[in-house]
Amino acid sequence: MSRSQTWFDALSTQTLPSPYRSIAIADSDLGSGTPARLLAVVPDPDNEFPRARHGEVGLLEGIGLAHAIREVIELDSSLADDQRRSIVAVVDIPSQAYGRLEEQFGEHLYIAAAVDAYAAARVAGHPVIALVVGSAISGGFLAHGLQASQILALDDDKIEIQAIHKPAAARITLRTIAELDELAKIVTPLSFDVREWATLGYCDGLLKVSNPDQPTGADVSLASGALRDAVARARLGQRDLTNRLQSAQAQHARRASLQARRRLTEQWA
Amino acid sequence: MSDIPPSVAERPELQALWHRHSFVELDARARAFSLLDEDTGQEYCDPFDRIESPWLEPQGLVPESDDGLVVVKGLLAGESCVVIGIEGAFQGGSIGEVSGAKAACALQLAARDARTGQPISAVLLLETGGVRLQEGTLGLNAVAEILSALLELRGMRPVIGVVAGPLGSYGGMSIVAGLCTRVVLTHEGRLGFNGAQVIESEAGIAEFDSSDHALIWSVNGPAQRYATGLADAVVLDDVPAVRQAVITAVAAGVPEHHRSEELDVLAARLSPSDGGQARFSLPGLGIPVAPSPGQDSLAASHPGSAQQRGAES
Repeated sequence: MSRSQTWFDALSTQTLPSPYRSIAIADSDLGSGTPARLLAVVPDPDNEFPRARHGEVGLLEGIGLAHAIREVIELDSSLADDQRRSIVAVVDIPSQAYGRLEEQFGEHLYIAAAVDAYAAARVAGHPVIALVVGSAISGGFLAHGLQASQILALDDDKIEIQAIHKPAAARITLRTIAELDELAKIVTPLSFDVREWATLGYCDGLLKVSNPDQPTGADVSLASGALRDAVARARLGQRDLTNRLQSAQAQHARRASLQARRRLTEQWA
Repeated sequence: MSDIPPSVAERPELQALWHRHSFVELDARARAFSLLDEDTGQEYCDPFDRIESPWLEPQGLVPESDDGLVVVKGLLAGESCVVIGIEGAFQGGSIGEVSGAKAACALQLAARDARTGQPISAVLLLETGGVRLQEGTLGLNAVAEILSALLELRGMRPVIGVVAGPLGSYGGMSIVAGLCTRVVLTHEGRLGFNGAQVIESEAGIAEFDSSDHALIWSVNGPAQRYATGLADAVVLDDVPAVRQAVITAVAAGVPEHHRSEELDVLAARLSPSDGGQARFSLPGLGIPVAPSPGQDSLAASHPGSAQQRGAES
């Protein structure tokens, strides 16, 4: 079973019907009166789009995510904006779907629909928390996770957060995998190690669980507690992504971003 | 300009071609200034601010002092507008930490202005392969921050995407095109998510033959993108034509629903259209597409020299 399905099952209280087989939707109780809507992209071996059968985000997944998120926004639209329920994205995504059909339909627009919905939820006051339990790669992570108010990840060797998977990263940048691994030791954003990623300033928590593949009761309560804390932080914080520049680690690792932003803001009259 | 040869003079449809001033041949900075009203553009965080990517030199790559992205604010048909232009000649038009921060910050400043009663529109010149893989996760996050910033502005003022070519728009930055209020392409502009070579190396040559240029253009080219509603205008590669298309796109204002919010439309396109058979149809072309690779490429007719949807679309 995929990690996204495992963690989705572990955290869900009640599974809800989903019009898209590759999108799992559930209600979850994070404890202390913190309800959440849980969303995961899960493998669907019978996916009508053959290039999206292993948990990739493709056309159906983009629209399925957008649909599920918009539904939550609609459900809570009459509540005060600080009462709106949290959305937790359980992330284990190998990539976006690489296919010709996907291109013909305009996969970028289907991914954009998911991005649009996640950002709309965040701006409307829903704390959006991403929990990376496996891979979080490329367009898949942009669609499902990277618009979150807070990003958590398991502290585990199998976690991979990157712009593209390693063989492709090496091939496209004209390097061997060994050379890429060597470079990643001095150029942190090239690293595939989640602990290195966590130093770049937009990790809001690394969770050390005992069994990431088959979480124990204690692992699940640890994750629920961390999610609850992340929800509390998101409720207090800004609703854009500026918190990714405010951490102590961002002040160091992303000082070039901060410098460019400062200069542009000074000059902008 | 040299005299017009009789072969052109006798054919009015060639006049525009003969007199055109290529937009595609300009670099990002010249493109940005050429779109704005004359002598109104001012560049922000320009190369003399010398803010470079800190990640390239350790990899033996030469950084640039603008990190391959220009931000120019000025007037467009008399109204405030910021043009954010990606330089395709630097690192494949890829978005890194610094170029991404410049783009996101410019969009956020525009949103701040729009909120405080100083309306300003934005134009994004997308000449890009997407996330700069040499900056890995920071490039990926930079794209996420641009998307969020774009959405801050889009509800208040139009954000127009221009894909002029020759590189086109691919990868994570094409999500930007998906979120834009309207998208303008030239006949040289391609718009896609995964490039042909990437698909071929991931899925095999039967899925996508990257040496088949006719296939690439029939999938990612302007005729298909316009016909299937992924782009709003296709224009000649000519500065006045591109500028006019952008002015028209901005003047059409902020629609009630954006393309990326039309979930019913997007879902309907994917619904099996012939009684449960796994077949799909693309709007505009009316050509059924089978969901397995190895078929003849999608034929798309060549559009006229300029097409523009009405303001209502």
